[in-house]
Amino acid sequence: MRLDVKKTYKLFIAGDFPRSESGRSYEVKDRKGNFIANPAQASRKDLRDAVLAARNAHSSWASATAFNRGQILYRIAEIMEGRSEQFVSEIMAMESVSSKQAQTQVGEAIDTWVWYAGWSDKISTVAGSTNPVAGPFFNFTVAEPLGVVGIVAEERSSLLGVVLGLAPVLAGGNCAVLLASQSRPLSAITLAECLATSDVPAGVVNILTGLGDELTPHLASHMEIDGLDLSGVDSKSATALRMSSVDNLKRVHSFTSEKSPERILSYMEYKTLWHPIGI
Amino acid sequence: MGNFEYAPAPESKAIADIKKDYGLFINGRFVASNSKKHFETINPANEEVLAKISLADEVDIDKAVKAARSAYVKVWSRMSGRERAKYLFRIARLLQERAREFAVVETLDNGKPIRETRDTDIPLSAAHFFYHAGWADKLEFAGFGARPKAHGVVAQIIPWNFPLLMLAWKIAPALATGNTVVLKPAETTPLTALLFAEVCQQADLPVGVVNLITGDGGTGAALVKHRDIDKVAFTGSTEVGKLIARSVADSNTPATLELGGKGANIVFEDAPLDQAVEGIINGIFFNQGHVCCAGSRLLLQENIYDEFLGKLQKRMSKIRLGDPLDKNTDIGAINSAAQLSKIHELSSSGQAEGADIWSAPCQIPSKGFWFAPTIFTGVTQAHRIAREEIFGPVLSVLTFRTPQEAIEKANNTPFGLSAGVWTDKGSRILWAGNHLKAGVIWANTFNKFDPASPFGGYKESGWGREGGRHGLGAYLKGAK
Amino acid sequence: MSALNLIDGSEASLRRFLQTLPGVDQIGAQERAAMLGTRSIKTTSKKWAIDRAISMIDLTTLEGADTAGKVRSLCSKALRPDPQDATVPHVGAVCVYSDMVGIARNHLDSIGGQDIPVAAVATAFPSGRASRKVKLQDSRDAISLGASEIDMVIDRGAFLSGQLGEVFDEIRAIKEICGDKVHLKVILETGELVTLDNVRKASYLAMLAGADFIKTSTGKVTPAATAPVVLVMLEAVRDFFEISQIRIGVKPAGGIRSTKDAIKQLVLANEIAGPHWLTPELFRIGASALLNDLLMQRMKLSTGRYSSVNYVTVD
Repeated sequence: MRLDVKKTYKLFIAGDFPRSESGRSYEVKDRKGNFIANPAQASRKDLRDAVLAARNAHSSWASATAFNRGQILYRIAEIMEGRSEQFVSEIMAMESVSSKQAQTQVGEAIDTWVWYAGWSDKISTVAGSTNPVAGPFFNFTVAEPLGVVGIVAEERSSLLGVVLGLAPVLAGGNCAVLLASQSRPLSAITLAECLATSDVPAGVVNILTGLGDELTPHLASHMEIDGLDLSGVDSKSATALRMSSVDNLKRVHSFTSEKSPERILSYMEYKTLWHPIGI
Repeated sequence: MGNFEYAPAPESKAIADIKKDYGLFINGRFVASNSKKHFETINPANEEVLAKISLADEVDIDKAVKAARSAYVKVWSRMSGRERAKYLFRIARLLQERAREFAVVETLDNGKPIRETRDTDIPLSAAHFFYHAGWADKLEFAGFGARPKAHGVVAQIIPWNFPLLMLAWKIAPALATGNTVVLKPAETTPLTALLFAEVCQQADLPVGVVNLITGDGGTGAALVKHRDIDKVAFTGSTEVGKLIARSVADSNTPATLELGGKGANIVFEDAPLDQAVEGIINGIFFNQGHVCCAGSRLLLQENIYDEFLGKLQKRMSKIRLGDPLDKNTDIGAINSAAQLSKIHELSSSGQAEGADIWSAPCQIPSKGFWFAPTIFTGVTQAHRIAREEIFGPVLSVLTFRTPQEAIEKANNTPFGLSAGVWTDKGSRILWAGNHLKAGVIWANTFNKFDPASPFGGYKESGWGREGGRHGLGAYLKGAK
Repeated sequence: MSALNLIDGSEASLRRFLQTLPGVDQIGAQERAAMLGTRSIKTTSKKWAIDRAISMIDLTTLEGADTAGKVRSLCSKALRPDPQDATVPHVGAVCVYSDMVGIARNHLDSIGGQDIPVAAVATAFPSGRASRKVKLQDSRDAISLGASEIDMVIDRGAFLSGQLGEVFDEIRAIKEICGDKVHLKVILETGELVTLDNVRKASYLAMLAGADFIKTSTGKVTPAATAPVVLVMLEAVRDFFEISQIRIGVKPAGGIRSTKDAIKQLVLANEIAGPHWLTPELFRIGASALLNDLLMQRMKLSTGRYSSVNYVTVD
């Protein structure tokens, strides 16, 4: 029998897969307490690097055409499809689910990318407007990406939670720094490997693994982060995070709905432009 | 040629029936405050006391919130949108009927010129009620789901720069969407809100739907902390906005915040220069510069600097500062002694940091609070006057060489409320419009407002929008 | 002077110069004009303003039915607008067709109105559609009959089709006939130029070619002297003074019928070009019915009650 080659689960920052600059890792076990992997335990500095990468990537990602972004999101779905088996086995290792349930989750995750891929060039049509002001002016409102969004992925299902956090943020033209589930981080890193090979520009998505309590306060207080998705945070911790996010008035949300244009619009800003109509 | 002089053409004060003292408007009636404490509101143009105003405390706030809750549960949430609409239409019409009275009272209490209250504040306030009235029975078509739901009781706190207009921006959408309201007007400008209470009575608005409590910063802080509030809406400084954001962090009460700004007005070499001069003037001197979206930074393309500055100074010399009730007055009084000293402080910092100051030559009245229209040249991004909101008639002039540099400088601020672009080139307008990080962009115009047009800021200029379909969403559950 | 030195009269140099002028945003110009329209003036300066407006009127009759009798009545009214009140100043000028100039001049001289200039509309007024030869002769005739002011129309067809040199040369040629003694007012007919950008360009073209005044309209086309048009022309004379140190006059004409309208025009001149322009040498108002309204307002100021048309003369 051949001995299988195990994967080292690393961080995903600026398109690279570094270990934590701190040199730390932590142990992830399956539900029976067996060792699964030693993912990187990201430090505050890793988070800073991830935010910087996201900020640097934002201007070109935001100005890419919505059609182009849609194609890239769809490409993610294509690449994931090819790695379904790996996702299924990781989910089964981490969660108490059957293979069928795991397959359903993977399928749902892939379809979520497809769903949001289609939104990228429609959201502004649906959410924007021309406004009939009382004067000789053309006035219109468009939805624009917010910037960098910090995401604490919801834990309920390890892969789907990550995708539900990332897809709407990317569809709206934002860049993301995602904190993977502390106890179930494997799918997030495998997803990162898909992202790295599916035309997503480096830095648009950055994924950190590590300890939630250590990292989330920095996510909330970092002044280069414009929005927060706290879906994966319990309500008590969320209060403290909301409090420290006030310094730069981050747009903070947590979601119960799965697929909804509101999730995209939560991280978009409305811009209204006026111009005189004359000859 | 000295024979051609403008008025004094003062608007008569007789129309303003200001009472000696005012209670709080709770549950449809004026009632005394729990503490029986009062404060005075004065005319900033001559420092005369206009009225004694009740100071609300937590007991009063609780009464007001209970009244709003009861009105919500028993009346307003059960009423059809069609009927709610008719109340809002009534209010709009009453404001139109009493427009001159409101304009005079606003000018007395705030210090802004009667030309602005008469032509902008009051007509726009009525327009806001008229616009939102029409939404009340059409919410299911607004794009927020098939059965959009109101939050319930909304706490609203408004600033002193556009007292009635900010009240309209807050109350009209809240009522249209089926919420009830407890609103606190600004400490220095409560009178038009109290006059609005009479309008609610004349409109026969069900009691408790609108409650108005007067007081100071402590009153406002207590209001947003009240546990039975479902939604908070605030317009004011970024500093206070952050306090409010922190105080709702625990309850996670949804909040709309319209905060400060440091708007850039960018003039390119090919701009329609004479209109650009007017736009710059209007951008910074409208309402004494007490405007969160003021174009307080002029970014001038370097190759037109001398020509444009010359035109600007000539035009500034024609600005008429004086009696706010005079129909020919362009710049009225600074709203309060506190605001005046803040403007002086920042203006001194500009001089201390080496910028050159120039003020339009105008006679400053001996009484009241005044500040002559002023520009600073030789300003760089590092100066405090280029970064901090002055909220007064003070313009900082900076230069740029290329469009990229203009955008970079314009965006180089934690604020993101407004920006202006002046150029005859259409593609450059849209390019700049794309790259400016601001919620409202005026191209070849400035300081335009309309109930149909969403207003609100990026970054630390706030959360959410007011006006238009987008503003409506802020008063409905789960809408973005 | 530097900018002006670049113009050698060639079409290319004119086009180059006019292209350097900043555009006019119509809505912004309208807003500014409307805002100035809300200025109200003191009662004490209102009397001054009314008298000043009277002294700036080019009292005009330009009808196919004009006769010697009609022109003589006009001249009498020009000299003594209110026969019962000698304190009323005379108007700025009388304005007639060129064939009526002699009659007007003679009558004015005979009644003591030697100070009142006669202005003649010329150059195939109002359309300007005639040969250059005819236009020049039209102007010469008027001057020889005693006109001391020529109100010429520009060739709008040439302007709109881009033949700027043609327009320029024609103004120059008429100015040559006028010489130093006769004032040349150049009518832009802004109602046919349509855009404010064109108004600004045509204003400069006229000033560069030697106009002493730029005038909005013939009165035969609407819209005529709208506030935004006058605003843009006043900006042009203001800016032209900056580069040339020469003050050019402005004459709004057409549609100014009430005292309120006239005072708005004075406010515009005062705020845009400056108080220097508040004199008949630099500001005229082309009108006919306006005079009676000014007179009635003047009576109201002195008596405190509103007057009646029965108390002003019909011509």
